[in-house]
Amino acid sequence: MMNEFLSANSVVKQFANHLALDRVSISVPEGSIFGLLGPNGAGKTTLIRIINQITAPDEGEIRFRGKKITSEDVYHIGYLPEERGLYKKMKVGEQALYLVQLKGMSRVEGLKRLKYWFEKFEIQSWWDKKVEELSKGMAQKVQFIITVLHEPKLLIFDEPFTGFDPINTNLVKNEILRLRDIGATIIFSTHIMASVEELCDHIALINHGKNILSGNIDEVRSRYKPDTYELRYKGDPEKLRQALNSGVTLEEELTRGDLRHVIIKPNHRYPVRDMISVINQNVDIVSFDEMLPGMNDIFIRAVEETNHPK
Amino acid sequence: MNKVSLIIQREYLTRVKKKSFIIMTILTPVLLAAMIFVPGYLATKEDNQEKIIAVVDNTHITEGAIPQGTYLKFEYIDNPDVEKLKQNFEESGYYAILFIPENILVSNKVQLYSNQQTTMQVSEHISSALKNFFTQLKLKNENVPLDILERIKTSISVDTIQWTSTGEEKEGSAGLVAGIGYVSGFLMYMFIFMFGSQVMRGVMEEKTNRIVEVIVSSVRPFQLMMGKVVGIALVGLTQFVIWILLTFGIFFGAKGILLKDNGQAMTSVTQSLMDANNAGPVAAAKTGEYQKLFDDIANKFGSVNFPLIIGCFLFFFIGGYLLYASLFAAVGSAVDNETDTQQFMLPITIPIVLGLFVMINAMQTPNSTISVIFSLIPLTSPIVMMARIPYDVPTWQIVTSGLILILTFLGTIWMAAKIYRTGILMYGKKVNYAELWKWIRYKN
Repeated sequence: MMNEFLSANSVVKQFANHLALDRVSISVPEGSIFGLLGPNGAGKTTLIRIINQITAPDEGEIRFRGKKITSEDVYHIGYLPEERGLYKKMKVGEQALYLVQLKGMSRVEGLKRLKYWFEKFEIQSWWDKKVEELSKGMAQKVQFIITVLHEPKLLIFDEPFTGFDPINTNLVKNEILRLRDIGATIIFSTHIMASVEELCDHIALINHGKNILSGNIDEVRSRYKPDTYELRYKGDPEKLRQALNSGVTLEEELTRGDLRHVIIKPNHRYPVRDMISVINQNVDIVSFDEMLPGMNDIFIRAVEETNHPK
Repeated sequence: MNKVSLIIQREYLTRVKKKSFIIMTILTPVLLAAMIFVPGYLATKEDNQEKIIAVVDNTHITEGAIPQGTYLKFEYIDNPDVEKLKQNFEESGYYAILFIPENILVSNKVQLYSNQQTTMQVSEHISSALKNFFTQLKLKNENVPLDILERIKTSISVDTIQWTSTGEEKEGSAGLVAGIGYVSGFLMYMFIFMFGSQVMRGVMEEKTNRIVEVIVSSVRPFQLMMGKVVGIALVGLTQFVIWILLTFGIFFGAKGILLKDNGQAMTSVTQSLMDANNAGPVAAAKTGEYQKLFDDIANKFGSVNFPLIIGCFLFFFIGGYLLYASLFAAVGSAVDNETDTQQFMLPITIPIVLGLFVMINAMQTPNSTISVIFSLIPLTSPIVMMARIPYDVPTWQIVTSGLILILTFLGTIWMAAKIYRTGILMYGKKVNYAELWKWIRYKN
């Protein structure tokens, strides 16, 4: 069990006419990438703002490294909000320096590190440009650097990839993984489920201000696994069908050359070991996989279940 | 605290470094001074080339009546033939021909012929000299003795002397006091409006460009708001100080130049500054006149309590600005774009404009009930009080007005901070007064 790095305990936030967070608890292990998911208006941004102490919760508390979070802790947090921008008329370098100084970094140290990052991202020539001369993606890159520059222990990215082309998406993705590897803990909020599968170790899914699903991502996926298997084989499909006939439904047969592809759904409990053994006796197995649900499906199912409980 | 000073620094430097700020700060006092000095100076500047006017005098008595100027000469011509003079005008090199008819005392007219438009200065010079000459002539004909003529020359100027409660007498100038009251009241109005709306635009810039959430994750919204308000206040004070220095600089600079240059060219400058109406004395006398003029102005300025006025200006500017700037900040935080500001701007604009009107009235009646009341109401007091200050307002009124102002701006800042904190993170929502009231009542 990894150390708990940050946790929200029964956080409640009431706005004038709606309950934004209804006793939400999350637990972010140290050194993990934590996916904070949920449909629009679910309360993700409110929770993130509470962690950043931009707003205060009505009830509950945020604990950071074992203690109740304090205003000093903002120096250890880097936050890239979804609504992010820069002063248009200010020069890129000057502005980056200003923003990192607000995060408590000295001018000299800030300058040194900015130079390093600007070289790393090969954007030195932007230093004296005004922000309004940059494209959206370019500005995002600068903002990313500003967010991570003071090497915070906790990084919070809200939709970090919007506005990036695939090359820059990859660049930023690798940076996020590298930051995790050197010890940062990352909270990552997004609607792109593919990137959740790729990056996140843990997730929490929030809907209507409630935490409806959370845990280790593999655990969550297996919780939702539909007990379906994917088989690719060479051999006689009729023979296979007859052999498995009694216990399973075979779906969706594809053929490419002599390679066949079939989805197997057991009709009742059917030990995998037995199933493989039967298949093995009748055809040549190329691959046999348990099908795990995509985060996309889990997201939709979990949200719909809470919206329309059976 | 360190963070607030970073914010103040950014707000201050980005504005002070702007070209528009530099130009406006330097140009305004120069333009003001130019409005006083340049027209007179320019109008006479062209007279630097020598002009000779041929005088055809059919009365044969005015020779010597028109004094020669430095650049303007008069040449009397004997046995003239006007038609011939006109024909040969080009070759003669004369600037103009002055024709004084025999019946001048009946027609009251002389003619000035030229092939170009002659200037006002030339006409006035001739007209006032001939007026003097013929007035004296007529008086002499009426047997009024010349020494009486000298003695009845009269010029009255009004010295306003005011005594204070201690019985001390002070000499002052009613016009100057009203002028200073007006200028400082108007400046106050302008500063509050100009820098207040800069605060609003700054807040809106941060909100609409989505900068604000990045910043409030490092500093408290209140620190961001106050950093902006204070930074812009410093911009205003910088401008004010530079204006004061430049104005005095230009005044003493102009004094130096005018006293050195004793040419006739300065006549109209003198006239525009002080109604010196005895035209055409010799240059040496002119220099003395400038000296007197500037001493006079300096004396009158000396009677004005500048430390009090500047001190009060600074205090009321800071107080009034803090009050309005926080309101402007609240408005800027509540809206998504400039057009939405209208409905909230009105209640802010009305008291400022009202203050301006009462201020203009207070210049004439500084101690009327209306003037006193409006110089105590915090929303108008900075503007109205400035117009009254040069008239020696009772100390208790200044102190009371100041205290009310301080309490009010503390209250408005507190209220504005609450609106601001919620407003800056609220997008895409049409906000009304009921909504603002809700924000004020939110607990943290």
